[in-house]
Order: sequence, then structure tokens, then C-alpha cells
Amino acid sequence: MNATNNTATSPSTRIVITGMGWITPLGHDLETVWGGLQSGASGVDRTTHFDATTFPTTFSAEVKDFDPLTVVRHPELHEGIGLNTGYALGAAVQAWEQAGLEAHAELNPDRLGIYLGAGEGTLDFSPYVASNLAGWDADARKIDGLKWAQHATVTMDATRELEQEPNMALAHLALEFDARGPAYNCLTACAASTQAIGEAAAVLRRGDADVMLTGGCHTMIHPLGMTGFNRLTALSNRNDDPQTASRPFDDTRDGFVMGEGAGIIVLETEAHAKARGATILAEVAGYGSTADAYRITDIHPEGRGGAAAMRQALASAGVTPDDVDWVAAHGTSTKENDSIETRAIKAVFAPDDDVSKAPPVSSIKSMMGHLIAAAGVVQAITCVMAIRDGKIPPTANLKAPSAGLDLDYVPGTARDANVKVCLSNSFGFGGQNDTLVIRAHD
Amino acid sequence: MSKPSVLISGVGPISGLGLGLPDTWAKLTAGQTAVAPVRAFDAGAMGSLLAAEVPEDFKIRNFVPKSYRKATKVMARDIELAVAAADLAARDAQLSTCANGDPEDASYASDRIGCHIGAGLIAADLDELTDALAGSTDDQGNFDLHQWGREGMQALTPLWLLKYLPNMLACHVTIVHGAHGPSNTITCGEASGGLSIGESLRVIQRGDADLCFCGGAESNLNPMSFLRQVMTGRMYPGTDPAAIRPFDTTAAGGVTGEGGGIIALEAENAYRARGGDPAAAYARLAGFGASQTVHRETRNRTPDPAGRGIVSAGRAALREAGLEASAIDVVIPFGLGHPDWDGPEAAALNTLLGDRLASVPVIATKALAGNLGAGSGGFDLAVAAQILKTQQLPAITHRPTPLPGLGATQADKIETVLVCATGTGGQNTAMILQRSTS
Repeated sequence: MNATNNTATSPSTRIVITGMGWITPLGHDLETVWGGLQSGASGVDRTTHFDATTFPTTFSAEVKDFDPLTVVRHPELHEGIGLNTGYALGAAVQAWEQAGLEAHAELNPDRLGIYLGAGEGTLDFSPYVASNLAGWDADARKIDGLKWAQHATVTMDATRELEQEPNMALAHLALEFDARGPAYNCLTACAASTQAIGEAAAVLRRGDADVMLTGGCHTMIHPLGMTGFNRLTALSNRNDDPQTASRPFDDTRDGFVMGEGAGIIVLETEAHAKARGATILAEVAGYGSTADAYRITDIHPEGRGGAAAMRQALASAGVTPDDVDWVAAHGTSTKENDSIETRAIKAVFAPDDDVSKAPPVSSIKSMMGHLIAAAGVVQAITCVMAIRDGKIPPTANLKAPSAGLDLDYVPGTARDANVKVCLSNSFGFGGQNDTLVIRAHD
Repeated sequence: MSKPSVLISGVGPISGLGLGLPDTWAKLTAGQTAVAPVRAFDAGAMGSLLAAEVPEDFKIRNFVPKSYRKATKVMARDIELAVAAADLAARDAQLSTCANGDPEDASYASDRIGCHIGAGLIAADLDELTDALAGSTDDQGNFDLHQWGREGMQALTPLWLLKYLPNMLACHVTIVHGAHGPSNTITCGEASGGLSIGESLRVIQRGDADLCFCGGAESNLNPMSFLRQVMTGRMYPGTDPAAIRPFDTTAAGGVTGEGGGIIALEAENAYRARGGDPAAAYARLAGFGASQTVHRETRNRTPDPAGRGIVSAGRAALREAGLEASAIDVVIPFGLGHPDWDGPEAAALNTLLGDRLASVPVIATKALAGNLGAGSGGFDLAVAAQILKTQQLPAITHRPTPLPGLGATQADKIETVLVCATGTGGQNTAMILQRSTS
């Protein structure tokens, strides 16, 4: 790696998308998932990863029937990986192929970087719980370390434990694609993969890599993951009708639906993409990132940080609110998020409360649930598909918005529209706000 | 277009050596170790018996404003360590934030303050969780998931999950200090701290913040995360604290520590505008580099023998600083103390520095403070900063028979320090620090 490899870049360098892939509850390839999103399909059903029949929430949006080891080129490098890493590999293989990188012999591994927003792997629940109980001193109400370790050291598996580390998806992508450039994993809760894409673009813009793989993966559909969100009362409990449970902006919404999966995109500078003759799908034109710094449990009631992130993203893309054709909302289907996000969108797009000025806003979480760390990248990919086909996906299951939620949420049915500029929001627990502007490439 | 100069104006190191710089530095220069038998739990059956634990008198309530004490109830120990380290860094940099006074007098506007913190995989407190799990067992004492789903989980506090989200280190720090600017959480094992500092550097360089809190913290003094460390196969199994020997030919494994370091990083022009004299700052962060190791033989569990990825991160940092490797005077390496890690790192330093390495002291803080995980990058940067400021070196201990090229104990000058880290999984960072002058 030497200085002569550096392509000339500047803050105005355009960053383009040349490959995309996703593994989601609606399918395992670009067109199938996009088809589902246009038709208002649901990826939600009874939870099968574990027996959730007595949990407050018995359903989720799971990835179905996907085996990553059948799609990677080097399965021997990935035995024993977690579900999350497998989803990332599956998505990355699609993106790599679409970008035509396999045929690009000149790609320098030291100039191929990765910036993921990947979640941690799944806890090895049975030996973990059994070890905790074996080590439990009921009288002292404490773990006896000696008894705990005597059980854990023989029941837990070193590979399974290591593969829970949040940088393992990154490590396996690097192994699979021989990526030796700058490598990061950020884990900013539900905002992670939007942030990863924004920062991956920044890595390219400053000339530290020629090509970046970015996006994220996550699954929290496991007993303690669902327990954690059930205790926060963040999940929908609509056990009698799972398919319509995720109903962002609707007055009867009662929480989000847990999803899982991954999305990976290939980013490069416009000059690099053109020089190698790659097909440019769209442009990552703008990025904004802020912290609410308000409370760890609540979003700032006026959506202070969310609005600031949207304004930053618009400014860095050099576009005005009027230019935006669609907002891919964070839209989780929780009471709090959907009303505050609406307030923040209105502050940016309808400052004098004239909602006719605001663009259509919809939430794909109504169909594929909330992919947590991977939620942002699947929105970003959806933006590119919306631009390609001139189609805005609907907010499914939305019958009657709450009072004051008066934006155009594209209820029920996809809509034909000339889509050139999209804005995609992700807001994480703890007040992490990230927004991307995805624009048609001219 | 030249990049803006970025200074280290304050440091907050926390480890078994002490809380804050004075204790840390006194013990490092005296060569005193924090490594001792594990105190947090009975580690007799773990396969590793030693640890470097934060002093027992550490109390998070001493490091937060009175109004924030209630929030400490939802802090895992990793979060406590980060919040305390940030408090130490802010004080050390003589920063006014909303944590220590009237927001009107704050050194920076909220939207000009960023925060990038490295975090580990935070393990649940086993006492708290098992107390709840134990309520959902059948007649044989086995866990009953149906009972847990129906009723048992209600024993957990509603905010239970929020104690363990990795981004909560940064979130609490942003709330305490009113940091509304760009914020991120990097989770790449021991490379997390360096990568977070690199992200703060980039944010300041691109003009999106004037001040960033950065670095990381981690505690693996929980039976689950301690065992995960042991299961990597690189921990010293014996009982002698002096046997933690990074870069010695007899090195037999590392030791788990806890702690980290938060750094106050400021744009030089902003630092001057608030009345700071660059000569009084610790150092200038002149270069940063990141890379990924691809070592298929071990699936990136260890670096490749030549340390190729470590070299490429080091070269990227030097390139940004506009320096040749011959300019490096001191190295703070990753220095784990296990041959599978020390060997590749030594090879990389030999490749990077060549003949110069023989006269460059390589100071491995893990010999005395243990492996701080995601906290190690921020801790090591704090030590490097203090080396430049005081023009003194910590003791090089526990290296009776150094690996080839790793024998220097004195520096011929102290103008430039290289700080390296390598995470399990293969992420590498390198940072170049230079003396800061008026």
C-alpha cells in the first residue's frame, strides 16, 4: 500500500453504490424482497428460533430457510458462525456479484475496506443458563464462581463464544473477500448500519480506500433478546394477529415487531466506478449524525437530534427539503418513535405546519419488522430500488393515523412516483440519530 | 489543503493501576504491577487465576454530577468506567461542560462536541440475571422457558437491556457532558479504542466538531466474559504476576484487566480560542491508520506471522503524519504477552522500523495493567501523551530475555510516539503522536 494508490478525493467527491444484497424476512435476493415490499407482504409469523409460546410476544419476522455456507466461496472459513454473520455473508455475496468485483482483477486488497454496523451474535442460551443455575448460591443470592466455571468450561464452546463478538461479521467478510483495508464495526443500536454507510462514504471521500463494503446484520430473536425488549414494553403484543402487528403511525400501534437479517452495499468513488466500467445504481449524497444527549430511555420530545440529523444530511447533499421525493422513515410502530419522528420531519419539511409541502413518508418495518442494527441498510437499499422503478413502498397495516400524525404515510398500497432523492432515517436507543440522502445518479 | 492540527488536551486513564493519570503514571514509572489473584469471583476453575482489577474504592457516584446519580443504576461496569474516565479527561483538560457548571460558561457549544467510544461485548451481571432465572426452574432444578416467558422475566428490572447495549458508554457520556455532535460506538475488540479515536480525529478534521471525547472502556471481570477471554487460548495459566512478559522469549500468556481511557481531543484553533496554549497540551495526534488482517489459517483469531496488517496500519499513520519510520522514538505496542501475538507484532515492528527499532523502547502497558480490551487503545494513548509531555518513560519490566530487536530501554529523544493495537478478529490501528509546541 503506497501513496500512489490514492485517488484524488475531496469533500465534494461523489460516492456511488455499485452493488447491493440483503437477507431479510421477505426473502434472500434483491428482487424477491423488493417485490414483497411493493405488494405490502408480511414477513412476520410465530417465532421458531426458540419456544416463545408463553412470552408476552410470541411472533417475530424471521429469515426463513437460509444457509450461508451454500452461497459463500470459502465455507471452510465460516463453520460455526452466528446467524447474524451468516446473513451478512449472504448479503455480501449478492452485493459483490452485482458490483462485478469478482471480475475486477486490479482490486488491491489493501484498498478494499469494510465499515459495518453489525450486532453481536446470539448467546449460546442453554449452556449459559445451565451454568448460571449450576453456579447459583441461593442463600447468598450470588454466583459461586468455582461452581459456575466447573459447569461452563465443559459445556460452553470456544468457537460459539468467540463468534458472539460484534466484530465477527467484519472478520468473516474480510476472510471471504480478502479485504485488508480500513475495517470498522460500529454498534449504535438501531442506527448502526445507517451510520456505517455514512462513515464508509467518509472513508472513501478522504481517499483511504477504493472500495468499501458496508451495511449491517443483526438478530435479537433469542430468549434474552426478546426478554429485554418485552421488559422495555417496546414490542407489539398483538399475538392474535402477528401479520398486522407492525402498523407504524396507526393509532392502534402497540410496539415494534422484532425482525432479523442483513444488508450489504458496495460503495466506491464515482471516478473509481467509472474507470472500471461498473454500473452505478445510485449515489450516497448526504449524511447527518447527531446525539440527542437527552435521556437513555426516551427520545427528545421535539425530535431535536433527529431533525438536526436530517438537516445535516440535506445540507451535505446540497439539496433542499423541496427536492426530497420520499422519506424512508425509522417508523418503528412504537407510540413514541412514530409521533416524535413525525414532529421532527414536520420541523424540517413543513416548518409552518403546511404538511402539503412534506414528501411522502413510509416505513418498511410494517412489512419486514425491525432489523435493529441492520434496519438502516435495508432502508437504504429500498431507496435505491424506489429510485430505479419509480415506486414508493407503502406503510402496510396503517388504517387510521393518530391525531396529529398528518403526513402522507402512503398507507396500504405502493405508489408510482418520480423518485430522484430519498432521505432515510435511523434513530437508536440512547439518542443516536443518523440520516442518509440517497440520490439518483445522473 | 492541509488538515487542521488536532491536540490531546486531557486524558482520563483508569485501570488496576489507579483512577486518573497521577496514580497511573506513578505506578508505571515505578514498574509496579496491578496484576494479582482475581478478586471479583472465585476463578479457581477458570484456567486463568490472575487479573488487573480496578481499585476497590472505585465508586461511580464520585464521578457524576449529583443530578445524574440516579442514572448510575442502569450502568454496567463498562459504562461506569467510561463515564468516570470521561469525567477525569474533562477535568484534566480544564473543560467546562454542562457536567460541572452553568451551560452558559461551557467551553464549547453542544453541537460542536462529539463522542466516539470503543466498547466490548458487555456481559450481563450474573448475580442479577440468575436471581431472576432461578425463579423459573422445574422440580429437577432445570430452567423452564415457559415459566420464564409467562412470569419469570418480570423479575428483571424493565430497563435491564439498557445496561448492556454497547452504545450506552457513549450515550451516558454525551448526556453528562451535553455532547450533541457526531457520536459513534466502535466494537472491534482491542482495536475499538484506537478506531474510536481515529473517528474523532476525522470528525474534527472534516469540521464537524471542535472537541471530541474518545477512547474506550471495558471490564471482563465477570465470569462469562472472563471465560470468553480464557477460551481464546492466550491467557497465562499460572500464579506469578511477574510472568506477564510481553515481547520476552519466555512469554506464556496475557492477563485480563479492566478499565480504559477517555481522551479529550480538540482542534488546535478551537483550543487556542478558549485560551489554551498548545505547549501545555499533551501532544498532537498527527496520524492515524487502520487495516484488517486476513489470516485464513487461524480465521483471524491471531495475526499472520509477518504482522502484515499491523505494518500496513503503521504505514498509513506515518503517511498521514508526513513522517518516515525513522522518526519514531517510542512505541506503545499492543504487547499482549503471548507468543502468537507478540511474534507477529515484533515482526511487524522490525519491518516497519528496521535498524531503528534497536534504539526505540517498546513499552507494553499490559505487563502491569493487563489487557483492557476495548479500553486499551484509549489507555495507551493517555500513556503515550504523558510520555511526550513529561519527556519520561515508564519502566520496561518483565522482559529479561527480549525478542530480537525489542531490547531498547532508553530513547535517544522523545518527539514522536507510535501507538498500536490489534483486535481478535484482525482489526489493526496505529496512531502517531508528536510533541505539541506553541
